Amino acid sequence: MLSFAFMRHAYIAGTMIAIISGIIGVYVIGRNMSFLSHMLSEIGFSGASFGIFMSWPPLNGMLLFTIVSSVLIGQMSSKSSRREASISAISSLFLGSGILFLSLANKNASDATSILFGSMIGISQSEVNQILWLSIAVLVIIFFVYRDLRFDSFDHVGAEVKGVNTQLISIVFLVILALSVSVAAQIVGSLLIFVLLTLPASSAKHFTRTVSGMMIFSIGAALLGVWLGLYLGYLTNWPVSFFIAMIECAIYFGALAWNRIKNA
Amino acid sequence: MSEPVLNIKNLTVSFPDHLVLNDLSIAVNKGDFLSVVGQNGVGKTTLVRVVLHQLAPQHGKIEYHPVFKRMKIGYVPQFRNIDEEYPLSIRDFVGLNLHDSHMPWLSKKERQKLDKIIAQTNLETIQNTPLGEASGGEKQKAYLAQALINDPDLLILDESTASLDNVRKFELLDLVKEFNEQQGVTVLFITHDIELAQKYAHDYLLMRHGTYQSGPIAQFKESDLEEAEHA
Repeated sequence: MLSFAFMRHAYIAGTMIAIISGIIGVYVIGRNMSFLSHMLSEIGFSGASFGIFMSWPPLNGMLLFTIVSSVLIGQMSSKSSRREASISAISSLFLGSGILFLSLANKNASDATSILFGSMIGISQSEVNQILWLSIAVLVIIFFVYRDLRFDSFDHVGAEVKGVNTQLISIVFLVILALSVSVAAQIVGSLLIFVLLTLPASSAKHFTRTVSGMMIFSIGAALLGVWLGLYLGYLTNWPVSFFIAMIECAIYFGALAWNRIKNA
Repeated sequence: MSEPVLNIKNLTVSFPDHLVLNDLSIAVNKGDFLSVVGQNGVGKTTLVRVVLHQLAPQHGKIEYHPVFKRMKIGYVPQFRNIDEEYPLSIRDFVGLNLHDSHMPWLSKKERQKLDKIIAQTNLETIQNTPLGEASGGEKQKAYLAQALINDPDLLILDESTASLDNVRKFELLDLVKEFNEQQGVTVLFITHDIELAQKYAHDYLLMRHGTYQSGPIAQFKESDLEEAEHA
């Protein structure tokens, strides 16, 4: 299987994506931002349409739209009570324009479906390189803000008292979330981002009680889904996203069942 | 008499529609246990925010003892967003406040600090319990441990006992008292509970709207508070 270049590309890209999704997902859960990550994936779809309209690689359009919108959302919604409303407003704006760009771009429907559902098998070497660099950038940023981000995500009040610049941390997080969403969309498609970004981390919190433990579990669950999903996709010729979604759901429902047995 | 660790001088804070603190002055000595009492809305939390550098006063200033280049403050706030789904263990929660290193993992020194504070706050047996599943008293102890983990010079408790039953209230303050007496941590205790203030504090600051009264707690008269309530 790995003698095919396209499968090698898929495994390299998929591995990086699983690692950063596993890490970022834990912060998404800590910050209660599942809704935002879902919205960012839809905004990513608009960005990709814009990219196609401009004859850019779709990933570049995605990066542009998700980063700009996440910074806008961060600026508008420092109060959490207003957060959901401003997320809805910003995502309507971007999603609406995405539909326009897709129709103006005059491309056939296969472009749209590959953005929405992912096109793991068609990843080129240059796309792999771009995914690698972006993932490394995300990891480096996380390394530098790790402790402050962890404190702010899991105890906002305590972090403020400590003197952590929580507003800056929030913007930095939104930018790395936008990067991660754009990168992860390459494999599972923008509709299924949360399969990698929130399900593994949500499962993790039923098994482990530390931030680092949650990250290790969540990376492991994401890797298992991506590796096994690619393999099953290769064997059956069915969509890889389908298998990844099923595997992550199985892990999540397993975690819920485990939790119920444990507390019974 | 020892020099003040915290010297609040002529502090005035006003918001657009009203004056919150009016020319408040008080000195807090090292090792002191000061109870700040008064009705809601007299500016207790505003005072805390100024001490924490979260709010700048219009007039007056706060001087810290020159020995403390940057005074280390531990703060146990009144409200915290910890619901029953909160995933971290008590131990991991307490360790969030460790910043001796920038590495994602805890250093040996940090692990020792964590072990020590967990033992000192009697959280050893429940340290791996999820904080979300802990009782009110256990949660407050965890908040206290997190505030104390970096050996603060000043500990501020903002209504920390308000949600606790009688037994847990005393348990928590017995612990605070231990840190106050054995480690010399200066304590600022914001409370409505006069009985607790009288049992644990050395001094008091009674805040009314715009006027203040302070002195040793032994001289505190409950009639003063009633007066304040009817003012």
